[in-house]
Amino acid sequence: MSVARLEGVEVRYGDRGPALGPFSLDVGEGEIVALVGPSGCGKSTALRLLAGLEAPTSGAVERGPGRGETSVVFQAATLAPWLSARANAALPLELAGMKAAQAATLADAALGRVGLAGAERARPAQLSGGMAMRVSLARALVTEPRLLLLDEPFAALDEITRRALADDVLKLWAASRPAIIFVTHNVEEAVYMASRVVVMTPGPGRTAGEVSVAGEAPRPAGFRTTEQFRSLVEQVSGLLSAGGAA
Amino acid sequence: MRSLERLTPVALTALLLAIWEIACRATHVPAYFLPPPSAVAVALWQNLPVLAQAAWRTLSVALAALVIASLVAQGLALLVGLHPLLERAVRPLASVIQVTPVIAIAPLVLIWAGIDHPERAIVALAVLVAFFPIFSGAVTGLRSADPDLERLFDLYGASRPQRLFRLRLPSAVPFLLEGHKVGAGLAIIGAVVAEFGAGSGGVRGLAWQILDAGNKLQTDRMIAALAVLGVMGVAFHAGLEAVERAGLRWWRGR
Repeated sequence: MSVARLEGVEVRYGDRGPALGPFSLDVGEGEIVALVGPSGCGKSTALRLLAGLEAPTSGAVERGPGRGETSVVFQAATLAPWLSARANAALPLELAGMKAAQAATLADAALGRVGLAGAERARPAQLSGGMAMRVSLARALVTEPRLLLLDEPFAALDEITRRALADDVLKLWAASRPAIIFVTHNVEEAVYMASRVVVMTPGPGRTAGEVSVAGEAPRPAGFRTTEQFRSLVEQVSGLLSAGGAA
Repeated sequence: MRSLERLTPVALTALLLAIWEIACRATHVPAYFLPPPSAVAVALWQNLPVLAQAAWRTLSVALAALVIASLVAQGLALLVGLHPLLERAVRPLASVIQVTPVIAIAPLVLIWAGIDHPERAIVALAVLVAFFPIFSGAVTGLRSADPDLERLFDLYGASRPQRLFRLRLPSAVPFLLEGHKVGAGLAIIGAVVAEFGAGSGGVRGLAWQILDAGNKLQTDRMIAALAVLGVMGVAFHAGLEAVERAGLRWWRGR
């Protein structure tokens, strides 16, 4: 069952030339797909197409999820500084017309799931980068999305925080199994998190190759040291350089 | 160290005043030309009730102008924010108001306000000066929302009012605070300049005190009025800074 599909899409921005494509991608129910590629290859553009935030210049986008069933997490936490963590997480529900009290209850539950119980009243300025990212994740999960799109969500965080968050995202995924598509330029992160890694060429991005990652999620301890993990990372890196990324 | 830092400007002021005093006494310069600081202090003390009242008049004009300018500028900014075409239409006109010296418009506004109501003209002129920074801050602020937050509002299908009241207006708060701080400072300048424009017939604020003392060659009273104006400006500015800081703390939560 396909949740979202890009069929030969191309995107051009005015006279800046082509930004993406032609590019095709089919994401199934409950799949975790990583889009890996060099800077400027159009990964984020592909993500915005999948979110329905942008239309392609040519080609077709098919989206299964209806309004409110898609969530996006950006590279920065993108929280409203004037709202508490609770109000930030409740925002999607309130915009959809839910009563404030009910939205706050669900927001508190979502904050609890990402490990932020007790920080409901904190403002973004009082949170660390990792905690702010967790609030952003809670806001994405609060609507119980069928499709979760992550645009380099951990790029601004330190290595320890990003590893912890990667494990947390996989745990959260296991609970409700939304389809996840995430963009990254970190090969190890892609192999660690995804069930399928799609490697893109430099812009305008096309598919340079695909690598399937077998194994259960969340990952068992020590997954990064296994022979399988190392060889998959090498394989993805090989596809990246073959695609023309230096 | 901190107390020393705070003392230096006071020390410098005292030093300059001392040089001024000594120079006046040594050169026997006539008092109507340059009175010594001691004479200014005496004039200040003797005229304090009158000067304080005049200062309050000028300040209340500035405050009234600030309130009116704030309402008009923000209302217009909201209206203009509805459509980019409206903004393009209004921007140049707003800039013309900004670059035209208030003293040049004063005679015309005085005529329009009528000979019997110079105080209305002075408020109107101060409004004109205070308008631009508030309007400009509001317009910029309403467009300053994080583009990714705008995308989230797209994603969740937010309505136009939701986007305005839950995203654009709250995002504009820091710009509004800054605009009001600058606008308030300009309102005082505008009020004083407009009083000068109104001349001796008008409102008996601080500028009138300066004019009146000047006409009578009471230089010490002129400088005393200037000193009151300076102190009032500094206090007003400090108050505005404090309001802005407190506003930002409330907005940001720390």
